[in-house]
Amino acid sequence: MLKQILLTGLIGALGILGCSRNDADKQAQNETKTSIQIKGSDTMVNLVQAWAEEFMKKHPQKQLAVTGGGSGTGISSLISSTCDICMTSRNIKDKEIELAKKKGVTTNEIKVALDGLAVVVHPSNPVGKLTQAQLADIFTGNISNWKEVGGKDAKVVILSREVTSGTHVYFKEHILRKGNANGPEEFASSALMMPSSQAIADEVTNNPDAIGYYGMGYISAKQKPISVAKDEKSEYEAPTTENVISGKYPISRPLLLYTNGQPKGLDKEFIDFALSPEGQAIVVKTDFVPVQANPIK
Amino acid sequence: MRKIKEFIIEKLIFLCGIASIIFVILILLFLLKEGLSLFKYVGLGDFVSGHKWYPISEPPVLGILPLILGSLVVTIGAAIISVPIGVACAIYIAEVAPAKIKDFLKAGIELLAAIPSVVLGFIGMVTLVPLVKSVFHLPTGLTALSGSIMLAFMAMPTIVSIAEDALYSVPKSYKEGAFALGATHWQTIWWVILPAASPGILAAVMLGIGRVVGETMAVMMITGNAASIPNGFLQPVRTMTATIAAEMGESVVGSEHYFALFAIGLILFIISFAINLTADLFLHRKRL
Repeated sequence: MLKQILLTGLIGALGILGCSRNDADKQAQNETKTSIQIKGSDTMVNLVQAWAEEFMKKHPQKQLAVTGGGSGTGISSLISSTCDICMTSRNIKDKEIELAKKKGVTTNEIKVALDGLAVVVHPSNPVGKLTQAQLADIFTGNISNWKEVGGKDAKVVILSREVTSGTHVYFKEHILRKGNANGPEEFASSALMMPSSQAIADEVTNNPDAIGYYGMGYISAKQKPISVAKDEKSEYEAPTTENVISGKYPISRPLLLYTNGQPKGLDKEFIDFALSPEGQAIVVKTDFVPVQANPIK
Repeated sequence: MRKIKEFIIEKLIFLCGIASIIFVILILLFLLKEGLSLFKYVGLGDFVSGHKWYPISEPPVLGILPLILGSLVVTIGAAIISVPIGVACAIYIAEVAPAKIKDFLKAGIELLAAIPSVVLGFIGMVTLVPLVKSVFHLPTGLTALSGSIMLAFMAMPTIVSIAEDALYSVPKSYKEGAFALGATHWQTIWWVILPAASPGILAAVMLGIGRVVGETMAVMMITGNAASIPNGFLQPVRTMTATIAAEMGESVVGSEHYFALFAIGLILFIISFAINLTADLFLHRKRL
């Protein structure tokens, strides 16, 4: 008798589970018409989230979900069609375009903002300016003591982002490899791989010998940004918005959105909003650099 | 009618019973399929003994010796810390502690096992890492030692509860015999109970180590993740588990990097399988 009751209960429970699954699926399908999934670069999450919030205020019926994970994660999701728009802080690789084609996805690139990368040290560090060549030497491990670049006698602690990060790839290709994306230079194997930009900021704050890099938006009084010169003859420039717009600051990169084919419908509305003067004003507010001239102040 | 019911129920229970075995076999097959694909690109020897790990370069450099040694250093460190403390704790609970304290301690240890590893990692990051840095005057506190200390906390509940079981199940007559011969309480523990329970204690140690090898979140947060060959406990290390967790999201499906991560997973699977098997052998010998 008891077994019978148990068994009936079990079958009943399974039935209920089955039904609710189906309902959830149907709901999800209905929602996709009014919702967008945006995924990718951690650097861009704050910016795109700000756009999404503003956009949803204007279109209360629409749902925009913004998640991070890194540029690579975003691109993999776009390729596997688990997101509608992918945000990246690096250009898509040829390999990835090919893979996308195989899966029937044509990637379409839209430049929405610029970002300056700041190299930061502890505020007590006497070193305040470096050339690009010195930066390359420090991050590849050729320079391992601060006294070689005019600091105190202490070992340099190199902080880098994980390989999933677009910031990592950009920094490697443009600083370590001096613009030659296929060069032989690599981060020193002693470099600490930090899981987020915030983790780099925290470690630099606590460690007088550390050097790290992150998007300009993360700069705070607890870390000292380094002024960078292209070479010894050039001026040392600080990572400021003006210097990135004028192109004087050498380490800046485009922030991109990728869609599958030309954006249509809701995707297009959102991207148009991002590029509008109002959207570009949000870019300035979140400490990035606009691509469209004359945003509303 | 009744027979049919019995038959169905029996088969259903049988299916549930072998489900875990089926899952293990499926997982192993998947790991083998994805992991072995790597060796079309890289030889096993180069993969295991390579000194450099630059997975996203062109062409990728896939040497996991620093990762294997990283896992090894952290595990050895954790074992050195957790085994003596864990076994001593088990002896105290099983043989020395009064009943009240015994219950209290057991509950406390179970609670320690229930703390999620990410929470332990976070606590380690803000408390242990600065401490290690200042005590040893290191350039950074994100080191193998920090990871070992944190993992020792995670291995301890496993070691204590299994070792305590083993000590408790030593027949009472052994103890009585020792006392009758005039042995003191400590002599009895050291010369009679510990040797009798040793297979169980060894199994406890192995299972504790198994827990440490597979741990991911906490080590990723506090060991620094630098893929260089470690030459001591006071250096940043990158473990195999942390590498998989940190890089799986980025790797393009079907690329060498992707297969390499699965190959690392395969190696981890083999290691934990070996550890569990040894633990099982020890436990089994005890019963004979």
